[in-house]
Order: sequence, then C-alpha cells, then structure tokens
Amino acid sequence: MQRRHFLTSAAAFAGGALLSTRVSFAQPDTRKSRFVLVILRGALDGLAAVPPLGDPDYARLRRELALHPPGESAGALKLDGFFGLHPSLVFLQECYQGRELVVLHALASPYRERSHFDGQDVLENGTTRPHALQTGWLNRALTAVRAPSGREMGVSLGQNLPLVMRGPAAVTSWSSSKLLAPDDDTLSRITDLYAGDRLLAARLADALTANAIAAGDDAAADVMSAQAAAGNARGKARYAEVVRAAGEFLRREEGPKVAVFDTHGWDTHANEGAAQGQLAARLGELDAGLAALRQELGPAWNDTAVLLLTEFGRTAALNGTRGTDHGTATAAFLLGGAVAGGRVLADWPGLAPRALYQGRDLAPTLDLRSVLKCVLTEHLAAPPRRLEQEVFPDSAGARPLRGLIRA
Amino acid sequence: MSEDITAAIAANRFGLGARPGELALIGADARGWLRTQLRAPPPSLADAELLSSAQILAQALKLRREIQAERRQQAAQGGAAADEPAQQRLPQFLRPIYATEATARLRLAVSTERPFLERLTQFWTNHFAVSIDKQFLAGLAGSFEREAIRPHVLGSFTDLLLAVETHPAMQLYLDNYLSVGPNSPVAQRRARREAPRIGINENLAREILELHTLGVGGGYTQQDVTSFAQVLTGWSIGGEGGRFAGGEPGRFVFRAELHEPGAKMVRGRRYADEGFGQGAAVLRDLARERATAHFIATKLARHFITDEPPPQVVARLADAFARSGGDLPSVYAALVDTREAWLEPLAKYKTPADYVVSSFRGLAVPVEAGRAPLAPFEILGQRTWQPGSPAGWPDRSADWDGASALMKRIQWADAVGARLGSRRDALELAPQLLGANLTTATRQALAHAASAAQALTLLLAAPEFMRR
Repeated sequence: MQRRHFLTSAAAFAGGALLSTRVSFAQPDTRKSRFVLVILRGALDGLAAVPPLGDPDYARLRRELALHPPGESAGALKLDGFFGLHPSLVFLQECYQGRELVVLHALASPYRERSHFDGQDVLENGTTRPHALQTGWLNRALTAVRAPSGREMGVSLGQNLPLVMRGPAAVTSWSSSKLLAPDDDTLSRITDLYAGDRLLAARLADALTANAIAAGDDAAADVMSAQAAAGNARGKARYAEVVRAAGEFLRREEGPKVAVFDTHGWDTHANEGAAQGQLAARLGELDAGLAALRQELGPAWNDTAVLLLTEFGRTAALNGTRGTDHGTATAAFLLGGAVAGGRVLADWPGLAPRALYQGRDLAPTLDLRSVLKCVLTEHLAAPPRRLEQEVFPDSAGARPLRGLIRA
Repeated sequence: MSEDITAAIAANRFGLGARPGELALIGADARGWLRTQLRAPPPSLADAELLSSAQILAQALKLRREIQAERRQQAAQGGAAADEPAQQRLPQFLRPIYATEATARLRLAVSTERPFLERLTQFWTNHFAVSIDKQFLAGLAGSFEREAIRPHVLGSFTDLLLAVETHPAMQLYLDNYLSVGPNSPVAQRRARREAPRIGINENLAREILELHTLGVGGGYTQQDVTSFAQVLTGWSIGGEGGRFAGGEPGRFVFRAELHEPGAKMVRGRRYADEGFGQGAAVLRDLARERATAHFIATKLARHFITDEPPPQVVARLADAFARSGGDLPSVYAALVDTREAWLEPLAKYKTPADYVVSSFRGLAVPVEAGRAPLAPFEILGQRTWQPGSPAGWPDRSADWDGASALMKRIQWADAVGARLGSRRDALELAPQLLGANLTTATRQALAHAASAAQALTLLLAAPEFMRR
C-alpha cells in the first residue's frame, strides 16, 4: 500500500491548484515579518525525527530502533495518525497542536549525491549543483526585498557567515564575546588603519553595528557561557546564547529581520538510538532551543517563521552499526506564529523496496525550492519573478507551494 | 621583486609567521630557506609526558568497561540510573591528555626553526581530519598527528594514507572498527542464532574516496562506496570486550572473522580477497590515481598560493605528484618553484590558528603548560583538532573573514597589547614581523599610538598582519 498524504486534498496538490503560477498576494507587512533559518549540518535522519508509523515497511527497516505508536512506552508523539514525531520534540508537537507547525517530509534539495559538504553547498547556494555560485539564496532573496531603513536585513549568529547568507545584500554576524571591547580611541585608530582595505573596513563597520545592537546582552551571555563551560545544564544551554541573541536582534523594530544559525551533530552513523540515545539528546536540545526562541521573541513570535533544514536524509534501513548512512530525502520543519500550521505536508512515496531511491533511501517527492519560494514570497514579500531568475536559477520545475504562511 | 618581499612571503605564507630575526636569517635566498627545511627527517615531538595512542585508548576502553559494569550492577540492585561522577571519569581522563598534546604542538609551532615543515604537518592533519567532539578523540587527536602524520610528511603519500587509515583514531572517528561484513563468519553465526543483525558502516569508505583521495568529483559511484566499505570490514581496534575482544588493546587489528569474504570490484578493478591486503591494495591504487594527484594539488595550491588557484598551477603540482609516484617532497619542491606563489604577498587571509600562532611567534610569547595558551584558539573560533567534520577546517578567506570574527581578533589583540605592551616595542617589531609588507600607514599609526600597549594592539590588528 502506498499511502499518500497531502496538504488539504490530494487531488488539489497533484493537480497544481496549490502551485502558484501567477498569483497576486496580499502584501504582507514585511516590516514585521521575521524569518529564522536553522541549518542542521550533518544530515538529519528524517525517518527518526518524523517516523512514518503507518508505513507497513517502517518497523521492518528500522528494526530495534523503530519508534512505537503514541501511547506505548518508547512511543512517538502523535501527529496525524500516519506520521509521528520523535518523543524528544515536545515543543514541536505543541506547535503542531497550536497550528503553528508544518512538517514537510520526503523533501530534498536538487542534490542527488551523498557528500555532506556538497550537499550543504547546494542547500545554501540555491542552484542545482555544488559550487555553482559563491553566494547564498537567502542573501540573494534579501536583495529582492526592500530594506525598510537601509540597514542590514540579516544577521548570522556565529562568528562567520554561512554560504546561505553570503552575497551582495548587507548582512552582519554576531557571536557572544568573552573579551571586552577595546576603548573607542583604539577602535577609531583601527578604523583609520582599515581605510584603505575594503574588506576589513566593511567587516569592522558591520561588527561595530552588531555589537551596539547586542550590547545590552553581553553580560548575560557571558554568564550563560560560563555556566555551559562548567558543565551545568549542558543540554539546555547548547543553544541558549544563540537564541538569546536571536531574540535581541529580531525583537527590535529597526534590527535585522532575518537570522541564521547552525546546529551540528546530526551525522548518526553508529548507535543513533531511538526514543533515547544520541539523536534523541540532540533533538531534545534543539527542541528546547526552539521553545526558548519563542519565549525570547515574545509578541514578535506571532510574526515569525522558523525553518529547519538539513542537507539530505539518511538510509531507510539501519546500517550494520545501529546507525544510518547518507541518504536522500528527509524531513523539514516550518514553525512560528506566522505559519499556517497543524499539518504534515508530504506526497509520501512509501518505504517498500521498490519505492526507495536507488533501493536504499527515502525517495524525494517535494523539491526544497518549492518550499523556499513560498516562504520567501508569502512571508518576506520577495517578488516571485526575482526568485525564479536570481535566487533559484533553473528552478522552473520546482513550482512554489502556497499557503504555508497565514494570510 | 625585491629580495625583501620574498623573505616576507617565505616566513608568513609558507611559514607560520616571522619570529624576530627570522627575515634577516632568510635574507636573499627565500626558496633555499624553504628547501633546507625539507632535508632532515621531521622532528618527532618527543616529550616524556606524551603517551602513545595504544596506551591512551587501552586505558580509555578499560575505563569505559568499568563504568558500564558499575552501571549494570547499580541497575541490578535497583539503584539510581545515571551516576554523574562515573560519567565524568572518561572526560576527566581524556581532557588533560588533550591539553598536554595541544600545548606541546603549539610550543613546537611557536619555537620551530622549520616552520614550513610544521605548516605542512598541520595541512595534512587537516586533510585527514579527525575532530575531538567524538568520544575518545580528545585523547587521540594529538597522538594521531604524532604517529600517523608527522613521520610521513616528508615521505610518500601512499605511506601517509596507509598510516592514517590504519590508525585507531581514524578507525574510531569514521566508525569503521564496528563495520561487519554481512557474510563474515561472525555475521553468519549471529544469523543462525537469530541475533540482531550487524553489518556494514560505509562512513570511512566514503570519506576516504571523497575527502582523502579522489575528491568529490573524482569519479566513483555509490556502488564503489558500498563495495569499498565491504573491503574495509575487519579493519578494527584491539581490546574491546565482546565482538571486539582480542588483538593488542588500543592498536589497529585486522579481524578476519568480521571481514566480508570474496573478491570485490572497486572503480572497475577486481581485488582478490587477501584479508587486510585487499584494503591496502585499494588504498595503494587510490593513491596513484590522477584524480587524487589533482585533488591534493588543488588543496596545496589553495593553502599556499591563493583561494582559487589557477588551473595551470594545479596541473603543474599534480604532474609533480603523479611523476614522482606521490613523493611528497617532490610536490613541495614544485610548490616552492611555482612563480605564482611569489606574486601576491598577502593573498591569504589568516585562519584564527594562523593568527594566534603568528602572534605568539612574532611577540615571542612563552607557551606555558596547561590550558591557558589554548584559550585564544577557542575564543577566535578554531579550537585545536576540532574542525567538527571530517572535511577539516575550510581554507578560503570567506570562511574566516566574518565581522564578528574580526572583532574577536581585535579584542584579543587589545588584551595582548594590555598584557605585553610594556615589554615589547611594536615599532621595532613591525619591520621584523612584516618585512616588506609593512605599509607607511601602519608604521605611522604605530608611531603615533597613545601607548605602547595600543601600539602593540595596532600591530596585531594591522591589515598586513591579518593576512599571509
């Protein structure tokens, strides 16, 4: 049996009624819209995060690591009866029930090989090939979105800019500081020293702006990191600093509206675990981080969409070391107060031997770029034509979804 | 081009940053200074404190077994589930080893008179990256570098490759020690008992092809990965209990009972089953591939010349690699002889590690024992031996030149200035560190600084000190 799951109705999805060709949108208020992109580097096991409990082949492939139905011990959390949610993802389930989470499944970027590094490159560069462009889709999308005050529209929460945020649009980066800022006189002398150096001059100007925005929070962040170093509440603290900074930037009217941060530790080749274990711990930290993000954002959460993406999925079957190797399609999450949620969006290909991609991986049925185009248009008011031409070149086959963001 | 600029390039680009007096020592023969460093055998980093991988791993495995046994006993007695102090015993054992190893490495980098050789060593460690965020690796990354990398930096690529892939650290890091052939004697016995199935883990096989030899575009298929993973079954580590009992504890061992029997095809070649020899034969062939020569040449050119090296430069280095059968000194000699390497004096943006090491060298900062000297690497974003992925640290300007990263360097430079300003003369040091790269603007800024501390901060923050 191949059970197919659709957004609202299977016929509508397959028939293209949900795919926009030329539609005029009610212009969202982009001064309010906030967007957070979280990259899960290392290839999240989508079949563990969002197990297809109703698929007749799931338990056979996952053997002793298969999650049980909701209600049983080591059971998954309930989603829609066919799909469950990993038991670590309690906040995500709460979002789902509150209609603030869309789960996307059997999703993949156009990349079909199995290198993390090339996979992440395609995930971020927005084309169909690794290294085809040296800029990222999010940055290019920002150039198409009018900045309200000429300030940076985006911030990378980490010391350096990930590829997805690199490009012509002005963006900045921030990471918490355990060192004190030099005095103004030294900084102004260094600014003079960089006058003839375009790269360093631009970077220093960005850093000074970002530091000013986050200044109110440095002391608190120091305490947090000291606690983390002491090994206290390590799990919960993993994303505490970054989430705090995200809140600090995104709450402001005039601050960046788009934030990006990375998470690591998803490459579960051995001893992946099920309801408990390695992956469960990582998912739990991520879930706690997202819950903290909602709290940090306060009322701004209502205007926020958070997208969680990974470069590809993992093998449908367990490997020989109770883990999973590099695969193809996987799951992604779109959550936030701005999201028209409470559903799993998947054209489910099934896990029967012949349904698997190259006989081993969950087959992709949804192009990542269809999701991104929808979010960028509906949430950030990026003009569709520029998305087609500049942001996602050669993506005519990936027609935008519709209705992921609340009207 | 003036002799002066070649000395600055040799010390800062090929080396690890000039120490006071180094530019004068290099003088007119920059290429000769580099070549001389490749003649004697590499130093072994001998230090009575440093244990071998086998010693470290055997102890760590023993410790883990003890902790597990205690936990089982507690569970049987209905005691508390997780004993926090027991959990901490493994990191408590491994962390001091990491600190000792990383400090010893830093001390060598700061004091060496063969900085080109040391940069090459670090290049290869990063090429064959392991990362301390995986269990046991904090204790093994240092001994991995000492045992698998250092002895072969001036040898052949084939020997280097074999040493790396058979090192317990790599076996652990990329999970291969657990990989079992589905038709191996052990798997067959388990199947008869209907025990949970065990089998292949393809992680190491894939990364050898993608990251260690051919490169991602180097021409291999999923079938090659799977087949190579079968070839590598049985490559394991001695001493762990259960399925992994036997063999010398903590050392690489070939376990015939885990090895997938039979001949296998990898990249169109048939490899007869000679046990361990089957995998060694595949590695030897991979080391000789043109794609491997090209991949290594590209990475070397990117590291030593410019972020996007011209194709003809890469081709020349690849030719040197192929012609010499992967004799590494021949490749390094071709690199030193490459005209393009000497054209643009500051083509590379320093990584955080380059930045810290060159500061330590330039200011003759003593490397004390303990964790303190390692802190700047962490603060500036490049904790030693923690690239976080088997691809190693990236090697382009855009990967390191973020705004926040720059601010961290400036803040650190400010702290160094405050600490050492009264004991170092920035104006006197500047020409010794930067040579012909020193600009008038920087010299004037130093001369007009408000304090000796500020002058030292400005020297470390100068554009020509941010690059190499």
